[in-house]
Amino acid sequence: MDLSMKWLGDYIDVSDMPIKEFCSGLTISGSKVERWETEGGEISKVVVGKILSVVPHENSDHLVVCKVDVGHASPDILQIVTGASNVHEGDFVPVAMDGSTLPGGVKIKKGKLRGVESNGMLCSLGELGLTTHDFPYAIADGIFIMQQEEDCVPFELGQDIREAIGFDDTSVEFEITSNRPDCMSVIGLARETHATFDRPYTVKKPAYKGIDGDINSMLKVTIHNKELCPRYIAGVVKNVKIGMSPRWMRERLRASGVRPINNFVDITNYVMLEYGHPMHAFDIRYIDNSEINIRNAKEGEKITTLDGTERTLTEKMLVIADANKPVAVAGVMGGEYSGIMDDTVDVVFEAACFDGASVRTTAKALGMRTDASARFEKGLDPQNAYPALMRAFELVEMLGCGEVVKTIIDADYSDKTPKGVEFDPVWINNFLGADIPEDVMRSCLEKLDFRIENGKAYAPSVRIDIECKADIAEEVARIYGYNNIPKTIIRGVADAKLTEKQKLERKTANAMTALGAYEITTYSFISPKYFDKIRLPMDSTLRKTVVISNPLGEDTSVMRTTLLPSMCEVMARNYNNRNAAVCLFELGSEYIPNGGELPDEPVRLSVGAYGGDMDFYGIKGIVDSMLKNIGVEDFEYSAEMNGFGEAEAFHPGRRAVITKDGKAIGILGELHPETLENYGIGVKAYAAKVNVTELLDIANAVKTYKPLPKFPAAVRDLAIVCDENLPVAELEKAIKRAVGNTLESVTLFDVYKGKQIAEGKKSVAYSIAMRSHEGTLTDEQSDAAVKRVLKELEKLGAELRA
Amino acid sequence: MMKEQLEKIKALAESELEKCGAADALEALRVKYLGKKGELTAILKQMGGLSAEERPVVGQLANSVRQTIEEKLAARAAELKSELAAKKLKEETLDVTLPAKPRAVGKLHPLTVTLNEVKEIFLGMGFEVAEGPEVETDYYCFEALNMPPHHPARDTQDTFYINENVLLRTQTSSVQIRTMENKKPPIRIISPGRVYRSDAVDATHSPLFHQIEGLVVDKGVTMADLNGTLELLMKRLYGEDCQIRLRPHHFPYTEPSAEVDMMCFNCHGAGCPMCKNEGYIELLGAGMVHPKVLEGCGIDPEVYSGFAFGIGLERITMGRYQISDMRLLYENDMRFLGQF
Repeated sequence: MDLSMKWLGDYIDVSDMPIKEFCSGLTISGSKVERWETEGGEISKVVVGKILSVVPHENSDHLVVCKVDVGHASPDILQIVTGASNVHEGDFVPVAMDGSTLPGGVKIKKGKLRGVESNGMLCSLGELGLTTHDFPYAIADGIFIMQQEEDCVPFELGQDIREAIGFDDTSVEFEITSNRPDCMSVIGLARETHATFDRPYTVKKPAYKGIDGDINSMLKVTIHNKELCPRYIAGVVKNVKIGMSPRWMRERLRASGVRPINNFVDITNYVMLEYGHPMHAFDIRYIDNSEINIRNAKEGEKITTLDGTERTLTEKMLVIADANKPVAVAGVMGGEYSGIMDDTVDVVFEAACFDGASVRTTAKALGMRTDASARFEKGLDPQNAYPALMRAFELVEMLGCGEVVKTIIDADYSDKTPKGVEFDPVWINNFLGADIPEDVMRSCLEKLDFRIENGKAYAPSVRIDIECKADIAEEVARIYGYNNIPKTIIRGVADAKLTEKQKLERKTANAMTALGAYEITTYSFISPKYFDKIRLPMDSTLRKTVVISNPLGEDTSVMRTTLLPSMCEVMARNYNNRNAAVCLFELGSEYIPNGGELPDEPVRLSVGAYGGDMDFYGIKGIVDSMLKNIGVEDFEYSAEMNGFGEAEAFHPGRRAVITKDGKAIGILGELHPETLENYGIGVKAYAAKVNVTELLDIANAVKTYKPLPKFPAAVRDLAIVCDENLPVAELEKAIKRAVGNTLESVTLFDVYKGKQIAEGKKSVAYSIAMRSHEGTLTDEQSDAAVKRVLKELEKLGAELRA
Repeated sequence: MMKEQLEKIKALAESELEKCGAADALEALRVKYLGKKGELTAILKQMGGLSAEERPVVGQLANSVRQTIEEKLAARAAELKSELAAKKLKEETLDVTLPAKPRAVGKLHPLTVTLNEVKEIFLGMGFEVAEGPEVETDYYCFEALNMPPHHPARDTQDTFYINENVLLRTQTSSVQIRTMENKKPPIRIISPGRVYRSDAVDATHSPLFHQIEGLVVDKGVTMADLNGTLELLMKRLYGEDCQIRLRPHHFPYTEPSAEVDMMCFNCHGAGCPMCKNEGYIELLGAGMVHPKVLEGCGIDPEVYSGFAFGIGLERITMGRYQISDMRLLYENDMRFLGQF
């Protein structure tokens, strides 16, 4: 809402108040000022001048040389060269003198044009930042030839141009919240100004003389859907004279951001801005049978709206129709056919009230949000329609542009019982935690035109937002001042702790940073094409996603079922940005459809790394250490792929699934060369994913102290030769089985293939530590254990290296 | 005669020890004078030829010479050891300005760092951390928050829809409802998390961002409590001299509603380009929980009252680290991540 400060002045005088104070005062009381602007603020040293003579330029056939009198603004008659052809002796024009400024940072300096001295510039409307809508009598491509207009203070020679043409209003832009359509009006903001600064304000009752005539003989109004249209008032203006509105009206519309069109359109807009109630005007000639029906549209019924577009309507939409066809979409836009034209003779003025939700749905469905629909959809006060229509009549007579028929049709089904809300000062103070005296509360409310009677507060009917006690508390609080309410600390006991899930996630993140990984944060939505980039099989269940029906773009159109593409994306971006090495992790949700209304949202860890000394065993080391750190023990690695749809993203010979008690909990490995190629990553890169949510039941959160050993360990080193394809995990399992409970650790310290080892074989060296808590192990005991180990290994075709 | 010899040995040994510059040379001297075949031993072996009167005198002298030599040897050995140690230390001197050996330590994302801090502040005030789904029903995101279908306030939150009834939550306020449905007052929670709005990406907008919602419901909770809690939060986050102001606003789920501004730390309220000349920077939205919302969750608004607030995590994070472009937070360039 752009408010003209001159217009506000009709209702409340704040002319002595600095604009900054006005804006910050209203902001603090709840009408937030976004910005304010003084019209023509960039214009300086531009004055009214009179053309004394026009002679051709000696060196040019399209330039002329003018002598201009600027009165007291300069002691000299100014010589100014111009290229415009519409200046004549005796014309009054805007003169930008030497050293003047114009909108857009333009500076005017004296100089020579083709050898002839020019001491300034004659201005067009455009150069002043105006259009022919503001001054319809002027032309766009020529100098602005000024006319003295009626109802205005006449301009004078040498006068500042802004003052002379009324281009000196201040426009204040408010951000009005959706619950306050009453503040989308000059009167509403005057009321707020009054309450904020405690200055007197007056709203005069509109008055008009009118002519005799029976409206019922001219028009018939029937409301067919009283739910969607509780009130419809119609009035008639005869013998209208369509033309330009007076300058003061054009000025105010301009300062409010509305383009002046002609006097009748301008009157409807003027009333809408002043009273906050949209109006509409029809040409009565095109109302078939002089019948106005407010009814639901017929399915498929068509109307061409004022913007020249043909619209197809549905049964749910409310229209204003004559005997045969819709003439307006109720509360949204009028029809082109029945609009006001230059030859219109008699006009019907409509001031009505339509259901907010219905207008909103209709406007949305037709894709045309208008000034009117934006207001109606918030829910307007049916009682405000009447004064709005009266004001329109008053303006018609003031502008002398028609004869108002005295009688009106008022089809009124609105509920007029005043809604009182309990006014309980004790409750209000308890609720706010304040100690505001009752008389102060009353005064706050009365300044907002509330009436207090028998313990109830009655809001003015335009305040559609007042419904309950808390609303009254808010009105009191905001006028009393939110910042005058004390600041206290909440009392009472509360038992706060992190959940086990939250603790596990925090531990995981801390373990990852300790291991040198940097945390990343990525979008939860991805492109379905990303599944191809990570080589997800076409039949993978991970391709079944939660799909956004109105995405910003394809890139962000489905909720991710795997964190892997986001990680690859970030690695690729870092690679492109020439970051030589990265080690990254993300803790985030995946969104897995489960057949129900809402998907599962399990938390996953993704890890990604390239560069430096990173390799398969490096990424394995990170994941391995992280798992142990957060309390996951006795997990295993397997080259068998199960449980992870992302398996194909990895190198087929360099990937592993982590299992715990037979359940897959993670996957890691080197990314497949094709995956790398798809992302444009030019080096080997590694990734992992761990199902964090599932670790909740597995990770050991409770730690118990084990006594430090009292007896020394016996250590035996064994070099074993076995088939080169035998996973070492099998050897380790065999060693564990064979040694039994005295086993403390099995550490692999060498793997060798080559000379001295038969083709197709490898040598694997282990250091086996054994320890008993009962006593020092004897050599015999240790040797016996080694024998058992060798026997167990034999079953795997492994033997002691010779 | 033997006395003279002893005096001579003593003098010679003293002088040689003085000159001795190495541990092995010192050992040779020890052998030379005190060893089994040493000079002093040789003299002592001749003691038998002495008279009974001379023997004790010479014996005493011999012992004193031995003692002296031993003492000198020990002293010299200690000197030599410390000289050697000093020499070694000198040789080992490093250029301490050479670069450090890097040790990898990762870092949390700046959003997590800020969030953890906020969580700690609230845990300290007795708030639990509540969670809820991001893919949410219309009911929890809008309807239960006093925004029935066609409510105009829905326009201010451009929503991503999955279908007519399921959407990506536009605010973590949805968790408020889920909490109130499952837990009776007293309630003190914050619910941090991802929220989604259909905003195109630019320096200050992102279709995904993070919100921290707070909710307190109990008997006798007041708007003054809200003011006090928010001031405390802001002081903990931005320092003791931080000043806030509340401005009336409208949210369908709170009444009274407020927007909370912080006095611009750059100009202290005078107005500058950083605060767009307003003197204040908008921080968060808050208010007293609307009675209809409480009622909808089965909590009697005549008995209980509550307050709620919602803060943008990105806004706090960008403010405290002076990050000017929100996109940096989601691009995850190492050169960016390494700074926090």
